[in-house]
Amino acid sequence: MGARGERQRHLRFGRLRFGRLRPGRLMLRLAPPLALIVLAVPLAFGVLGTVLPALGYLPALGGTRLTLAPFAELLAQPGIVRSSIQALLIGLATTAVSLVLVAGFVCAWYGTRAFAFIQHLVSPLLAVPHAAAAFGFAFMIAPSGYLARLVSPWATGWERPPDWLIVNDPAGLALIAGLVLKEVPFLLLVTLAALPQVPATRAQELSQSLGYGLLAGFMFTVWPALYRQIRLAVFAVIAYASANVDVAIILGPTTPETLPVRLVGWMNDPDLSMRFMACAGAVLQIGVTATAIAIWVAMERAMHILAERVCETGRRFRRDGAMRMLAGAAMTVQALLVFGGLAILALWSVSGLWQFPDALPANLSLRSWKQSLPVLAGPLATTIIVGVAATAISLAIALACLQRENETGRTGGNRALALVYLPLLVPQIGFLFGLQLLLVAADADANWAALIGAHVIFVLPYVFLSLSAPWRAYDRRYEAIAAALGATTGRIFWRVRLPMLTRAVLAASAVGFAVSVGQYLPTLLVGAGRFPTITTEAVALGSGGNRRVIGVYAFLQMMLPFIGFVLAGLVPALLFRNRRAIRGV
Amino acid sequence: MTPAAPSTTSDAAGLRLADVRITLDGRPLVAADHAIAPGEVLTVMGPSGSGKSTLLAFIGGFLDPAFTAHGRIWCAGRDITDEPPQARHAGLLFQDPLLFPHMSVGGNLVFALPQHVRPVARRKERAAEALADVGLAGFFDRDPDTLSGGQKARVALARVLVSEPAFMLLDEPFSKLDAGLRAQIRRLVFDRARAMRLPVLLVTHDQADADAACGVTIHVAPPEGCEGSGA
Repeated sequence: MGARGERQRHLRFGRLRFGRLRPGRLMLRLAPPLALIVLAVPLAFGVLGTVLPALGYLPALGGTRLTLAPFAELLAQPGIVRSSIQALLIGLATTAVSLVLVAGFVCAWYGTRAFAFIQHLVSPLLAVPHAAAAFGFAFMIAPSGYLARLVSPWATGWERPPDWLIVNDPAGLALIAGLVLKEVPFLLLVTLAALPQVPATRAQELSQSLGYGLLAGFMFTVWPALYRQIRLAVFAVIAYASANVDVAIILGPTTPETLPVRLVGWMNDPDLSMRFMACAGAVLQIGVTATAIAIWVAMERAMHILAERVCETGRRFRRDGAMRMLAGAAMTVQALLVFGGLAILALWSVSGLWQFPDALPANLSLRSWKQSLPVLAGPLATTIIVGVAATAISLAIALACLQRENETGRTGGNRALALVYLPLLVPQIGFLFGLQLLLVAADADANWAALIGAHVIFVLPYVFLSLSAPWRAYDRRYEAIAAALGATTGRIFWRVRLPMLTRAVLAASAVGFAVSVGQYLPTLLVGAGRFPTITTEAVALGSGGNRRVIGVYAFLQMMLPFIGFVLAGLVPALLFRNRRAIRGV
Repeated sequence: MTPAAPSTTSDAAGLRLADVRITLDGRPLVAADHAIAPGEVLTVMGPSGSGKSTLLAFIGGFLDPAFTAHGRIWCAGRDITDEPPQARHAGLLFQDPLLFPHMSVGGNLVFALPQHVRPVARRKERAAEALADVGLAGFFDRDPDTLSGGQKARVALARVLVSEPAFMLLDEPFSKLDAGLRAQIRRLVFDRARAMRLPVLLVTHDQADADAACGVTIHVAPPEGCEGSGA
């Protein structure tokens, strides 16, 4: 009913139309093609630039003939099959575990007070960069980590850390867990954003009055529609997890490393001829990710049939108390693990002597900070400059696209959405290798413009996705009133719509900045190692490094997005401190 | 009561809908062929979904391209059918007051004032006067969100009136007010419109609105309905 009323209101009050073509108009008209250029062109050229060297064609390095030799060389590498299968399984396992956690939680707790509470607990985790979360997790679960210290020596008898390989385990379990910690907040937020588009509350009431348990009722009646809405995001998780580099360096297996990590190693090898094999490997990576998505689609079918069978039996699953507790507990524990890890990171950065099995450091010291700060300043500045620039550009493009859509009434539908998701669906390695080679060939690598442009590819989708919902939900009657009062379209945009959406715009900016801060691979490859950021420096330290120094870098890495979100909340509160309806907090 | 004599010349004062018909996918929605003299009210009645608000959107210049409209709209002798909304000077009132939440109460009015009112000090003065006119003297710096429902409705009215509209388009503007307040605001709106000699088009499904308007009423059939007369 609500959706229908919404649609009717929008139908009655259509878009404002314009007579002459002014410069501002022209800019808006160019915005969608510009977005296409910014997203799709680097992607297409990047993939092409990867595939050609994989087939032996790279004139700059003397490759002028098409040959399959790079692939032959690739397949001759020890453990390459194992690395590939591992990347595939890690992608699928991460996605399956994350989705089960999110689906279980949403289905079991939707509409309760606990739902709102846990939702607020988990949401901030989206802003935590992957590397910082991974380091925090490693500091928690390592044999000498915080959890072991908490129970030692009184329960375990350990006076020194046990010789167990928990982090960097050969099966990649730590890596999967570390990825899950970050993908759960992502999937949860995407699901929350999709919830208003399905009649969840009424379906829940209906299924309950038909006698179904909370969890099963929601799972049968609401989840299928919800899943259809978040499917692209799920695919993005598969692509990300199967091709991840930074978390795999910190938590992943080492002998052999997962496929993406090995590929980056070859790509950065001083022996330039390794580039051919690295590109062949990147093509293999695209194949691995595509296979993972194909297997996932088959699993979707199987789950669908299974769910239908179970549903047909009419079983009510009334006694779901234990399952619901489990779903809620899993969600809470994963959030607490991340928060705990971040706290431990911060503590390590200011710790003096901290011996095993002490639960707290013997003394505190700012020495690590003092030593790191002079080295930190450069990377910190680079991180902020690139983050702010990429966010500003992405915001301008997203705003122009949305305003153009507002005026023409064409949303671009699913195709536009797929385009926005495209950089998130193709494994980063698959096109960044080629992009780097092209930039080197054009002598355009390792400069600010290329680096910022590479970040925009990944920042723009997130800015667009987080801005589009509030932008489209805006009550267009405000614009009708302003126009009837004689305001020009420019004036309506700057004086009415934009100020009213300040909070949404700033929130989208904070998301964009957080995404930029967390970028590892684009910074490493397009910056050609000459633009170190907090993130590349932190990952380079690895999990085996000095915990105090890691603590400093990871703490900073986590603080940057946090500051962004705080500003995004504070600015409208100050700007509109006398305007209750849009002030926010 | 007879409508203002349907003028054969197009330069009559007031708002004239000349053989206006709006269709959606070839299906007729609403039709009107009426002249509204200055200070008079034409009431369009019909159930929700009947397209009466579509008529209003067409006159205001906001018709969605999904609809097809025929006929002309004349305002004070000028054909405004193809004018952009900015040039039509329609005074819009919706069932929600829709005060701009980021501006002060006075800021809402200043935003609405035509540009020829100058300088800024004079604009603020005019806004303050208009607020006093609707019984809200001293409300200039208030946050719109802190006002009561009746106060918001008054501000919305004052905002429309200071914009020097050529005519008023009312889209069920009283339907969300409670009963006592409704009669009061309704009287206020009609009194002011009459005093300023504005033609008014009122869209409603409340018979009391139509009665209070003391004007011609046309009925719009429900969407799939076979009964009811289309104007």
